[in-house]
Amino acid sequence: MADCGEPDGPGNKDDITRSKNEGKELTKEEKQRLRKQKKHQKKQKERKNEKGPSETEKDKTPVSLLPPPQPVATQKAPSALPAPASAPIPVPASAPFHSSPAPSPADKPAKSKAELKAERRARQETDRAAKQPGSSSSGIKTKVPLSELNPVVKRLPEHVQVDDPAVVKRLAKKLERQQIPLRSDYGYKVSLFSHLHQYSRKAPLTQLLSIPSTVIHPSIVRLGLQYSQGIVAGSNARSVALLHAFKQVIRDYTTPPNEELSRDLVNKLKPYISFLNQCRPLSASMGNAIKYIKKEISNIPSQCKEEEAKTKLLTCIDRYIEEKIVLAAKAISKYAIEKISDGDVILVYGYSSLVNNILCEAFEKSRKFRVIVVDSRPRLEGREALRRLVQRGISCTYVLISALSYILPEVSKVFLGAHALLANGYVMSRVGTSQIALVARTYNVPVLVCCETYKFCERVQTDSFVSNELDDPDDLMVTRKGKTQLENWQDVSSLGLLNLVYDVTPPDFVDLVITDLGMIPCTSVPVVLRVKNLDQ
Amino acid sequence: MELQAVLMAAGGGSRMMDLTYNTPKPLLPVGNKPLIWYPLNLLERVGFEEVIVITTKEVQKMISTDPKVKLDVKMKLDLVCIQEDADMGTADALRHIQQKVKTDVLVVSCDLITDAALHEVVDLFRAHNATLSMLMSKAHEFTETVPGQKGKKKTGEQRDFVGVDGTGKRLLFMANEADLDEGVVIRKSIMRKHPRMHIKTGLVDAHLYCLKKSVVDFLADNKSISSIRGELVPYLVRKQFSKSTNSPKVIDETHQNLKKNDSNVNLEIQISSRDEELLHLTQERSCWNDHRGDMSDAYHGGRLRCYVHIMDEGICYRVNTLAAYIEANRLAPKLFDEPAVHPSAVVSERCLIGADSIIGASCQISDKTSIKRSTIGVSTTVREKVKVTNSIIMHGVTIEEGCNIQGSVICSNAVIGRGADIKYCLVGSAQRIEPDAERTNEVIVGTDQLMEI
Repeated sequence: MADCGEPDGPGNKDDITRSKNEGKELTKEEKQRLRKQKKHQKKQKERKNEKGPSETEKDKTPVSLLPPPQPVATQKAPSALPAPASAPIPVPASAPFHSSPAPSPADKPAKSKAELKAERRARQETDRAAKQPGSSSSGIKTKVPLSELNPVVKRLPEHVQVDDPAVVKRLAKKLERQQIPLRSDYGYKVSLFSHLHQYSRKAPLTQLLSIPSTVIHPSIVRLGLQYSQGIVAGSNARSVALLHAFKQVIRDYTTPPNEELSRDLVNKLKPYISFLNQCRPLSASMGNAIKYIKKEISNIPSQCKEEEAKTKLLTCIDRYIEEKIVLAAKAISKYAIEKISDGDVILVYGYSSLVNNILCEAFEKSRKFRVIVVDSRPRLEGREALRRLVQRGISCTYVLISALSYILPEVSKVFLGAHALLANGYVMSRVGTSQIALVARTYNVPVLVCCETYKFCERVQTDSFVSNELDDPDDLMVTRKGKTQLENWQDVSSLGLLNLVYDVTPPDFVDLVITDLGMIPCTSVPVVLRVKNLDQ
Repeated sequence: MELQAVLMAAGGGSRMMDLTYNTPKPLLPVGNKPLIWYPLNLLERVGFEEVIVITTKEVQKMISTDPKVKLDVKMKLDLVCIQEDADMGTADALRHIQQKVKTDVLVVSCDLITDAALHEVVDLFRAHNATLSMLMSKAHEFTETVPGQKGKKKTGEQRDFVGVDGTGKRLLFMANEADLDEGVVIRKSIMRKHPRMHIKTGLVDAHLYCLKKSVVDFLADNKSISSIRGELVPYLVRKQFSKSTNSPKVIDETHQNLKKNDSNVNLEIQISSRDEELLHLTQERSCWNDHRGDMSDAYHGGRLRCYVHIMDEGICYRVNTLAAYIEANRLAPKLFDEPAVHPSAVVSERCLIGADSIIGASCQISDKTSIKRSTIGVSTTVREKVKVTNSIIMHGVTIEEGCNIQGSVICSNAVIGRGADIKYCLVGSAQRIEPDAERTNEVIVGTDQLMEI
């Protein structure tokens, strides 16, 4: 390890930081070199600062190789990495990155796991304390490699691996540990989508829970029920409801003795999130909101009193909603109204709270336009959009998606809402949106997607199969004149009902994305994401 | 904590006085278990850990002292006593325990025997943020002959008219026949909001209600309401559509009306919760609506909502009449898995015990007896050559030799003399039937009970 000494250092470091800043993926050798450099730096620092506890340092370096590389370790590493230079206590933070374990781990069984954990925690505390007073210069330089090095240990999420029994077993064990019942899949799944969950609305998760729910907070149970029954539907509504429920959880929370609020509250939220995931898979906006809250909670200083911490968290949540949802909607309306001119015929698909908002605002500002609402089964959400627009006085036309090519020659613009915007510029939205974008492109009608920045997601997807949501297949059954043709669809062995919820639209079909940061082309989404990450 | 369970066990059993003059209704044996065991078992199975039981002093004494009354529940029972002669209605009882009520309540009556899935009722309560959620069931005709009944049963006595919307979950209208003078009157505001209403009459109210905490506080302020079923529920159902609950200016009006002590307004300010604006934002952004075809928002903007879950299949009985009591005894064995013949009963070899009979603990059944479709209580002695068919024998009864008992109810500690022939009779508590008596379709009770006038 000490061989790659000084001569390597400065030159290659520049190379590496340059490539990082350009956003290229680091190659294996570069990563290894970086690791060695860091280790070397630390060793030098140690030799300079502390001659005394050199035995402890020697103890620590082999011992720290004991914990096997886990994803948990990578999360701990980011917090340990930011201040390698300024930590007075030697921080062998590059240890978790060792893919090849060093020769000495086996001969230190004396240190128990609890002691290791305590040591690690103590180290992190000092890191955090040292981080505050301004190790910002080294922080920034090492922060960029952080976000790039994180994706090293990436795992497929469990909800897209349902056909792998090992993953399902792992999920079941995790839920059992958290005392949450496992919701069983329902009905025959079409083979292309057999890797996704498919639940029935008639079998709610609550029938497996005890009625005065003690394990899960009542407001979370209520929220889960509302999600699974579709009472709260739509990306924005789900996020707001989630944050509202979290506010109640925080209000009712009391720190147990010998625990810290910043750690314990995050652990309390984990089973709730699993429960909500079982009721209905989390949306990208919800995921971002949860990440934000977890970050806020863990950033609460340990000397903060409980009441103060709670009020701080509640105001954070309120501010998040106000900034990212309410004000963002206002900003987007302002930009979008510029794009609506008098005499326009605007086509909207399904129900998007943001697009509805825009149209109502534009109508208030006395723009003259009419709207065509395109709807599709089985959700028929367009009826609700239609109702709200007509209530305001906007003249609307209503068609089903099968009449799309018939109606498109009349249309001058298409406004679409989004469930999430992926990192490669693809738009994830209600199933049918990509069809609309495709047909609009062939008719040369501009397609504008409206999306708040908090829905931007770091996932990358190029097709709608890999990650999607399967809704209750019984929704596809319709009763006409007293007869339900598909009533016994389960008895027909060769018949499968597929009720997809989302699809992805390629950026070639989208002309403009209107966000609260401005009007950007679809391909600039990764830039926005990177800027957001740097800010945080 | 989400829900608190309240069990109403102070009722007198006014419709089956013959049975209850000696034994209080909550302790009547059904399938050899006290009646109060059934709702307690239901609550325990669902996951409740403590129950507030409102009962009389007599019942409380009997529960704690009498060895025959074993409740066998692991939950913590918080017994609240009220005076028997205070004539408290169920709503009065709720008002009495208002201090103990910290969250929403689930009110159950002690005479409910059911295997319903409670989560259906509670899910309606949770998902729609309802003020009231209740359980009802399709009524079954009672097929057993009721002892002591003279003449045909009066049909159409006190029907309930229940109006539900198209989904069958939202409760729009509830009235009892007794309250209606000439016909069913439905307000135009209801018809405008819910043009399709299904009115059902053949429903049994299970007397299982989920109520919001604000309703209990409202009861504390309004002392005029004394019965949940008779007054509170119809009031809440009516209030869903009253004008004052739907106007958004209610909060301003409260300041003006505080002096007037307007009961309508009080209920509304209590219903509104914290973070009302976030909930409002959620509803605004969500694309769900509970009805379609008109221009109004979800729930028509109303904040008070009442829901009902109507069971199609399954057992649901309210044991408040003799006929229901007999029917419940027939079906009770299906609800629990204990063996039909209690292990401590001494049953001799040569007796014939049908598969659907229940023999209680410490019984003595002698030779050559035949017991079919019957329930024999605890510590009962049955001598030789006795035929018991279709009957309910309670605790501590002695049946001498050669008796023939058919379709009857024999209350506790009675003695049936030798060779008696009892058909479709109700023998009261501690009565003696002389030997070789022949009684058909009679109610035999003590003279002290007849002094009720």
